[in-house]
Amino acid sequence: MTARVVIVGNGMAGARLAAELHAREGDRKVTVLGAEPHRAYNRIMLSTLLTGRIAEPDVELTEAAGHGIDLRPGVPVTAVDRSAREVRTGDGERISYDHLVLATGARAVVPPLPGLDPTDLPQRVVPFRTLDDCRRILAVADGARSAIVLGGGLLGLEAARGLATRGLATTVVHHTGHLMERQLDPAAGAVLAGTLAGLGVTIQLAVPATGVVADDTGVRLDLADGRSLHADLLVLSCGVRPDTALATAAGLTVRRGVVVDDRLRTSDRNISAIGDCAEHDGALTGLVAPAWAQARVLADVLTGTDPLARYRPRPVVTRLKAAGIDLAAMGDAAGGGPGEELTFADPARGTYARLRIRDERLVGAILLGDNPAIGTVIQLFDRGHPVPADRRALLLGRALGGAGAAPSASPALMPDAAVVCQCNTVTKGALVRCWRSGARTLDAVVAGTRAGTGCGGCRDAVGGIVDWLSEAESVEVTR
Amino acid sequence: MTLREDDTGVSVLPRQFPTNRGGLCQKGWTSAELLDHPDRLTTPLLRDPVSGELRPATWDAALDRIATSLRAIQSSSGRDAVAVFGGGGLTNEKAYALGKFARVALRTRNIDYNGRFCMSSAAAAGLRAFGVDRGLPFPLADLGRADTLLLVGANPAETMPPLVRWLTEQRRGGGQLIVVDPRVTATARQADLHLQPLPGTDLAVANALLHIALTEGWVDQAYVAERTSGFDAVRRSVAAWWPARAEQLSGVPVADLEATARALGTGGRVIILTARGAEQHAKGVDTVTAYVNLALALGLPGREGSGYGCLTGQGNGQGGREHGQKADQLPGYRRIDDPAAREHVAGVWGVPADDLPGPGVPAYQLLDSLGTPDGPRALLVFGSNPVVSAPRAARIEGRLRDLDLLVVADLLLSETAALADVVLPTAQWAEEDGTMTNLEGRVLRRRALRPPPPGVRTDLAILADLAARLGDAETAAARFPTDPATVFAELRRASAGGVADYAGIDWARIDDADGVFWPCPSADGPDTPRLFADRFGTPDGRARFHAVDHRPAAEEVCATYPLHFTTGRVLAQYQSGTQTRRVAALRRAAPEAFVELHPDLAARLGIDDGDPVRVTSRRGELRAPARLSSGIRPDTVFAPFHWSGAGRANSVTNDAVDPISGMPEFKICAVRVEKA
Repeated sequence: MTARVVIVGNGMAGARLAAELHAREGDRKVTVLGAEPHRAYNRIMLSTLLTGRIAEPDVELTEAAGHGIDLRPGVPVTAVDRSAREVRTGDGERISYDHLVLATGARAVVPPLPGLDPTDLPQRVVPFRTLDDCRRILAVADGARSAIVLGGGLLGLEAARGLATRGLATTVVHHTGHLMERQLDPAAGAVLAGTLAGLGVTIQLAVPATGVVADDTGVRLDLADGRSLHADLLVLSCGVRPDTALATAAGLTVRRGVVVDDRLRTSDRNISAIGDCAEHDGALTGLVAPAWAQARVLADVLTGTDPLARYRPRPVVTRLKAAGIDLAAMGDAAGGGPGEELTFADPARGTYARLRIRDERLVGAILLGDNPAIGTVIQLFDRGHPVPADRRALLLGRALGGAGAAPSASPALMPDAAVVCQCNTVTKGALVRCWRSGARTLDAVVAGTRAGTGCGGCRDAVGGIVDWLSEAESVEVTR
Repeated sequence: MTLREDDTGVSVLPRQFPTNRGGLCQKGWTSAELLDHPDRLTTPLLRDPVSGELRPATWDAALDRIATSLRAIQSSSGRDAVAVFGGGGLTNEKAYALGKFARVALRTRNIDYNGRFCMSSAAAAGLRAFGVDRGLPFPLADLGRADTLLLVGANPAETMPPLVRWLTEQRRGGGQLIVVDPRVTATARQADLHLQPLPGTDLAVANALLHIALTEGWVDQAYVAERTSGFDAVRRSVAAWWPARAEQLSGVPVADLEATARALGTGGRVIILTARGAEQHAKGVDTVTAYVNLALALGLPGREGSGYGCLTGQGNGQGGREHGQKADQLPGYRRIDDPAAREHVAGVWGVPADDLPGPGVPAYQLLDSLGTPDGPRALLVFGSNPVVSAPRAARIEGRLRDLDLLVVADLLLSETAALADVVLPTAQWAEEDGTMTNLEGRVLRRRALRPPPPGVRTDLAILADLAARLGDAETAAARFPTDPATVFAELRRASAGGVADYAGIDWARIDDADGVFWPCPSADGPDTPRLFADRFGTPDGRARFHAVDHRPAAEEVCATYPLHFTTGRVLAQYQSGTQTRRVAALRRAAPEAFVELHPDLAARLGIDDGDPVRVTSRRGELRAPARLSSGIRPDTVFAPFHWSGAGRANSVTNDAVDPISGMPEFKICAVRVEKA
């Protein structure tokens, strides 16, 4: 088994791998080198941190510690020496490995705009990616009244929602004609824009930015249509780029990300890569679920727990859920082609649903607003299970035909065999017979049949039948 | 309930009592039918060595046969070669006497009981969090006043109907009822909000609820700081359970998780209750712990009107787990590996502490070792029917057949008794005095209406008879009294100073006060309806958080076994059905086993309502008619566990057990379903 594993990166992927290794049997030394000086944290919660409702300790994750895990935050790796099987750290230390894992993640893209130098951004211009970014945003936001978010993708909207929750007048500037165009169709994008507007976020669509001017007092964002927007803070959310610098310098095969096979191995069999920095089968991950799946597979392979484990990408679900926003997008909902399409739109209430079904399986869905079946839809898509025979269940949830038969409006319409009291298995017929044999009050019928003496939930129904019997002249009952 | 006996027999009358308030379900109303049931055993049965059949025998012959065999087995294979299996339906006195009999008369470490199958995970979770395991640490009446009540894996509308009166009162008072259950049960139908997770994902749901409570600022930070320890580790572990992650795993929409967390986090009086649905998993202790963590983070336990509790299952589910029929336990909820506990109990029993055996193994492990080279060769069963109730039941049936001696004490010829070498007819509920302890920790009286029929003996008398044959008759008579009041007096002394302290309880006090809540250390001091007001039962008085994470079920679905299988109860039957299947009205109400499945699934499998279906797992199969219901998830099928033979659900269930409690994973395994 691998004796010394070095993980470069203590982010969502690297920290998870350390935990997965920790949970498996075997004797090994695992060193985690994190460039950031923090404990492992949950990047997904950073937008909530922006709202001010939680504090930094609330985003910390469980760290594997002890039992052969050496966790070293704040130690950047500067080089990999593949022939010596060593990594070099920022302060010149050399650390040997039997197996090296690159979990270096991705960096925020700073768009090539006049006024933005990626190596020296103005104080009021901050990308939204790391905990340190978050601290900088919060430092500026404290006392600020307005913010612009450049980029209307998932992260940009989360940042905008977080800043708006803090009370900042927030504007999202997006270069294409609708929000989250990679996940949504134009109609859904429009409904989402309406929802965000209701939450106090202004949306500027189809306007590329052309330049940034920032000083100590504020930021000006110039737009292609000639307008300029002013704010106290500019947050950049223009995508991320895999951090492949170490891999490239070490001569590993790198395309957009560090190229890995199904075992997460790079072109060097002693080096693996997982998470945002890795490119598997031509695809980058960019989300937590695949990164954690990769960590699990790699831990299985490295520890020999399951040497045959292989990473198989699963379709991803994009989820945006915050106060007032409920969005799920998965697969190809708008692609057309063979199959069925289900749609529902109630733009006034911010609800939109579009689902595509092929061969009884969901191949894509966009759900926005109040969609009670959202959990079912996500699970059916994720697991590839067949869809309900009655498709409406996908739109309306279990409200449809779900919970048992509703009580009949009139006792006259109830079949005699209908069980009124479940606890004591008393049928309508039994109640009628009891009444006919002389019981004329609710208490007498209860005493005679035991109906209503268990959970008591049917007392009203029994009372209704007694009332009906008192009023009806002649009631037929089958034996 | 109150009983009346006249020329026509015994009849049952409901009684206004603080817990059921006059409510009885059909099983209560019809319970007297068993007293004079024609199937009632009234003579011991001995297996004829030639014909292999059970034949009536005298008590002396039966007891001599047992004693001779036990002595021979213990002298050749050691004391632990004899095992004892008890039940959560036994009175406190009988459970106590059974534990003492095992440790003192047999001196075997091998004793456990069927409560391991139904309450042990909540017990373990409660102990490690609070230092005390009492089902409800507050009176049941608190449920009726809760603003928010969360029921996790509990279906009282079918398993405990009179309790539903409290739920009705709660909702009439404007309270919100939230139910977590993979099926739309009779209880879920009454809920304001029903979360319907995939079986085996309740732990993730709890962690997501706590995640939301943290991000929304609903955690009671002052309470966490003053009354608990270990929260930081939990906070970090639930940080990884953002709601969308739990949604994808469980199928519970984030919006529903948020609504639930809000109701729990912002309600005034908030109660969280778990039951078998949360417990009967290979991660049952951790699942219950996740809900305990949630309750602690919200500051519920110990706050009047709020709290966490476990709905206990069997008739004496609480008392049965307190006085020594558990493998690792001595009376008073003491640990058998605690030297001080051993000294105290050995003193009461009049034996040297060193003579007491050490801890045995949990129920399933015990049953699974029977008749194996290193396992017990003899088993005495009191008040249990593992042939129907154990997981992977066909295997356990085989183990029982491998024994050199199987003795079953029962009032009816249960499926387990039918395999026995010796069957001893015992008295039943209306024929014995004693006490039971209900889910509130309230000790109650059971009063004998009439003596047992001729030929029938009480469990206490059987233990005394056996002890006399196994050792010195005079000592045995002193150690194993047959009068329940005498046994209770000794139980009081044995429990004194323990967690479940009964020292101050006597039968008259129980009668006067409608039951007495333990701990009650002194006859002139108060009892304890509410626990944890000032401190928890841990050494430092603080409740303990434990970080717990979701893990997959022991057996997940695959291409060959693509469906989840889960088990449970129906209203008109009880446990292994030995008693309720013999009551005509109950048989009419619930005549046979069934397999509940969703109409979409049924359509894909070509199954119509009522068709015979076969459910197959890696361990066995179940055959029963299909019952179509849109109240179950299409990826899950359900069967009740009350029946034997082809309809035995436990032929299919998984025998994976929780690493801490030893509770089997009855609630989830992988199956395939086809038309039979």
